[in-house]
Amino acid sequence: MDNLGLIGMISVATAGITIGLGAIGPALGEGRAVAQALAAMAQQPDESNTITRTLFVGLAMIESTAIYCFVVSMILLFANPFWDYVVQKAGG
Amino acid sequence: MESLDLMGIKDISPDVLVFWSWHWAKLNATIVYTWIAMLLLTLGSWLATRNLQAGRKLSRWQNFLEVIVTAMRNQIREIAQRDAAPFLPFVGTLFLFIALSNLLAIIPGWVPPTASLSTTAALALVVLIGVPIYGIQSRGFKQYLKLYVQPSPIMLPMNLLGELSRTLALAVRLFGNIMSGTKIAAILLAITPILFPVVMQALGLLTGMIQAYIFAVLAMVYIASAARIQQEREQKTH
Repeated sequence: MDNLGLIGMISVATAGITIGLGAIGPALGEGRAVAQALAAMAQQPDESNTITRTLFVGLAMIESTAIYCFVVSMILLFANPFWDYVVQKAGG
Repeated sequence: MESLDLMGIKDISPDVLVFWSWHWAKLNATIVYTWIAMLLLTLGSWLATRNLQAGRKLSRWQNFLEVIVTAMRNQIREIAQRDAAPFLPFVGTLFLFIALSNLLAIIPGWVPPTASLSTTAALALVVLIGVPIYGIQSRGFKQYLKLYVQPSPIMLPMNLLGELSRTLALAVRLFGNIMSGTKIAAILLAITPILFPVVMQALGLLTGMIQAYIFAVLAMVYIASAARIQQEREQKTH
């Protein structure tokens, strides 16, 4: 297989694997975080506002790793410099 | 299906859509949409605060603005544990700008300027510069620099790296969330019946609001941690 096909195939496969594996960890972490937050709210209902705010901030931090994986996957599919290079060489 | 968007489905950033260029300066879609958002915010606020009333007969827009400003001030006071006045303009503007850019995505043809890494990087850099300014203003130059060698001078590279990485995280988090919202709606629009893109667009609006809130809250948390211990020192001397 020539460079064009090889780079295309590996980019697409890696993009799929990146986002597939990258979504597992944050999902598990966020599930645990929400479960703990609910338990805390059940124990202290009048602190709900603080707990909710802290929960959202924590969820955003955990979500960041999933977002990094998504951005890498998008770059591999839509803004791939290696793909652009081989396409340019094949065309030129 | 004819798309109402100006961007192609393959573009991941509004930076590529250039309206006008002159030598090296490019007027791209990100800048134009940022200007529109700024115009809307300024015009809306000016129109609502033209005749401020202090009594019971408030206009609806003044009431609305008061609700927003009061909510922001209370949140800031809870996080900073002190008077919110020095922080409200900065953090409030961050929240309002990001929230408006994300909320206007409901209008066809609008691409949120925060869907471009340029905008989110700029906002994160503003926070990066603002945190030391607030810290120095609150604690003094030497006391603020001492923060970087807490708890021991070996931690200096870690603290510096931590500052840079959390700035990067702010930028990429906002960019990734908003860009993914627009991309998913666009891609689904090309392949599924209209119900699914509509649902994804609604989810995109929700995450846009949440991300605006989180950006502002995180900026406030960083500022509060840099401007904090003065309170404890004052309490100890009493």
